[in-house]
Amino acid sequence: MNTFQIVFYLFALIVIISAMGVVFSRKLMYSAFSLLFTFFGVAGIYALLNADFLAVVQIMIYVGGILVLIIFGVMLTTKITDVDMISGKTGKWVYLGASIVSLSVLTLLLYMFNTVNWNLPGATAIYHDSSLDALGTVLLTKYVLTFLVAAILLLIAFIGAALIARKGN
Amino acid sequence: MNEILWISLEALIKAIIILSLLLLSAAISVYLERKLSAWIQLRIGPNRVGPFGLLQPIVDVVKLIMKEDIVPNGANKFLHGLAPVISLAVAIMVWAVIPVADPIKIGDHIIQMGISPNADIGILFILAMTSVGVYGIALAGWSSNNKYSLLGGLRSSAQMISYELSMGLAILSIILISGSFSLSDIVNQQFSHWGGFRWNIFIQPLGFLIFLTTAFAETNRAPFDLPEAEQELVSGYNTEYSGMRFGMFFLAEYANMATSSAIITLLYLGGWTLPFAPSAIGLEQGTWILGLVQFVIFAIKIYLLVMFFIWVRWTVPRFRYDQLMRLGWKVLLPLALLNLILTSFGVLFINH
Repeated sequence: MNTFQIVFYLFALIVIISAMGVVFSRKLMYSAFSLLFTFFGVAGIYALLNADFLAVVQIMIYVGGILVLIIFGVMLTTKITDVDMISGKTGKWVYLGASIVSLSVLTLLLYMFNTVNWNLPGATAIYHDSSLDALGTVLLTKYVLTFLVAAILLLIAFIGAALIARKGN
Repeated sequence: MNEILWISLEALIKAIIILSLLLLSAAISVYLERKLSAWIQLRIGPNRVGPFGLLQPIVDVVKLIMKEDIVPNGANKFLHGLAPVISLAVAIMVWAVIPVADPIKIGDHIIQMGISPNADIGILFILAMTSVGVYGIALAGWSSNNKYSLLGGLRSSAQMISYELSMGLAILSIILISGSFSLSDIVNQQFSHWGGFRWNIFIQPLGFLIFLTTAFAETNRAPFDLPEAEQELVSGYNTEYSGMRFGMFFLAEYANMATSSAIITLLYLGGWTLPFAPSAIGLEQGTWILGLVQFVIFAIKIYLLVMFFIWVRWTVPRFRYDQLMRLGWKVLLPLALLNLILTSFGVLFINH
């Protein structure tokens, strides 16, 4: 096992343990907090795979944006922090349904992983320069339409949020 | 395998040096703050311990370590303990990408002055870490089980999230001008034109003002110190902290100040570069003496900015909360956007 693998399994372990923490924690606050470590672990794996831009963006958007929102939601909702997740209205049917959905998603992912013909340009290079330039060029030439559509979607969401938050309407 | 081991060892040694320097500089900043505030208010300031009271920070730290560590009733013990660690860790982690001088050569080895100063995403990493900084304060406020703490924590998070936007836009203008996300490149860009004086503050005066204001807000310093407004909130998010846990928040505040000053220096004030070509005083590129001189220059610039931070704190009154939000969203954000658009036009015009 070389160093690369050791580091990879370290991050993978962090991701899996904290993801289990998200699912199995009895308190909602701990779940939200475990998610923090999951995101950091995934960012670590991205960095390990030379996708440095993706790693930092992962931290900026998921940790700095989405998770802050979730934690605020949990913090500011009264009595939600001490809700016992397991003693709630969860019967056998819910467990069964959850298992079926998870298993089918797992099967789908495994099937995809094994059958898709992955395009791996430059996977042999051990280290190359940052992915920033290539990413920027591709975004503004080949995928410019997708880029613009995503931008407009975000703008609409932004305006919608401002409209909902306005007083007196 | 062997090579990786050496790289890790080098990074570890650099990290230890930078960490010690950072903590030492936090101690010096505390002393400076007390002394300068005393002079501004026509007092004498600490003068009992050591010559001119210079040993006061050490005594303070010993006092904090010896104090009892109290966790309030009904507080969430785990998160209560973790929050100050997050605050301090985030302030320190930013230094992983901050270069302190030009690389030096020893034999045929090139040693980078910094842990990873050539990271292509240096600035993005800094922005990401600032956004993580919200957690320390928000969790401290929430886990203390105290209404003042919670209010302080919420205020601080709202403030940091609002000002991050303008900060990012100001940084984006700098990136447009220098065409790189790497901090070393940005500094070298400033040095390579106009005889070493094409500092970004001269081409981006508006951006500099915006960045400076947001830096004050991000570090929760006066006039944006609403999270710890003494008259309203006892002392805000750290009300229920005592002993070294309080000490860690305290350290984090001063470390953050040094970090912000370092970033302002790198982005706008020419970083570690001398005001003239190093060969003019007989220093060659790559020697360790030049590295040392550059580091001293960098440190002086940081300390001048730290003093500016302190000076502002003791002369400018605090904003009201609605004024703060109005300034952030209705003044700084449009100004930063305008600055970004003007810069893009300028860059486009010059490149054609």
